[in-house]
Amino acid sequence: MTREYPDNVAGPHEPPPRSFVDREGRTIDVEDYREDDFEALVGMYAASDPQDRAQGIPPTEESAIREWIEDLTAEECVNVLAWHGEEVVGHAMLVPDRDGPYELAIFVLREYQDAGIGTELMEALLGAGREAGVELVWLTVERWNSPAIALYRKVGFRSSDSGSFELEMAARLTSEDEERLD
Amino acid sequence: MKVLLGIGGSEDSFRALEETIERAREAGDELTIAVVDNPESTMAVEEVRDRVAEELSAVDFDVEIQVLEGHPGSQLLEHAEREGFDRIVLGGGETSPLGKVQLGSIAEFVLLNARTSVTLVR
Repeated sequence: MTREYPDNVAGPHEPPPRSFVDREGRTIDVEDYREDDFEALVGMYAASDPQDRAQGIPPTEESAIREWIEDLTAEECVNVLAWHGEEVVGHAMLVPDRDGPYELAIFVLREYQDAGIGTELMEALLGAGREAGVELVWLTVERWNSPAIALYRKVGFRSSDSGSFELEMAARLTSEDEERLD
Repeated sequence: MKVLLGIGGSEDSFRALEETIERAREAGDELTIAVVDNPESTMAVEEVRDRVAEELSAVDFDVEIQVLEGHPGSQLLEHAEREGFDRIVLGGGETSPLGKVQLGSIAEFVLLNARTSVTLVR
């Protein structure tokens, strides 16, 4: 299937560093990934809630997490981290596919979600990608994941195919009041 | 157990072939291989069929190979129901550059619609 990219440029967004206070009052610093950050990044994924896995990532075993991060932080990739003090609380990445465009993913620790960190992290990553000469970026997201989809739209992503796995829908045919009459 | 392996030429479908042959020999499953036309694969149906036949003769295992024409997912389902198969086996998807599991369109269709058990080989 051919992927369609929007004509309009996303943003353009500013690359890292950026620093801001999130909606919970925490000071968050967004910076480019450096080699020294490897252990802190492993630490974030090792501490993450297994139910926050999506589409098979991150891996669960620490050894697999290490291997996975090594692949992601290869020279041709773009990685941006969100820090709260000494702790990595978010990570966004661009990894080139075989044809030239880059695949994007973002991960924010559960206790740091819904605080505006994802938006800053995404913008910083797209800024860093643009600076690194990345032209086209794609991602996949589970169709139920509307907070993520809203974030992707906000920073400039548009849906690029008809999607696959169906949405689930529900309808009520009797009201709760009616049921109580029985 | 009567097992129907669907194969359309993607990398994961050949991985599924290898594992399913191995399992069928161990468990004594009655295996049938259905070659389907996967629009996401670069291989033609005949090429897939030839390669399947090669792999089977390499391990000296005699299995019926059928070619199902038309919409791959629905043909697999129909065939499985008509012939009383207990299980459909398919490749379990490829991995994206950054490691996400991506299910193929045939697997997606079969999973959502099958009345038999479905095995995805990872």
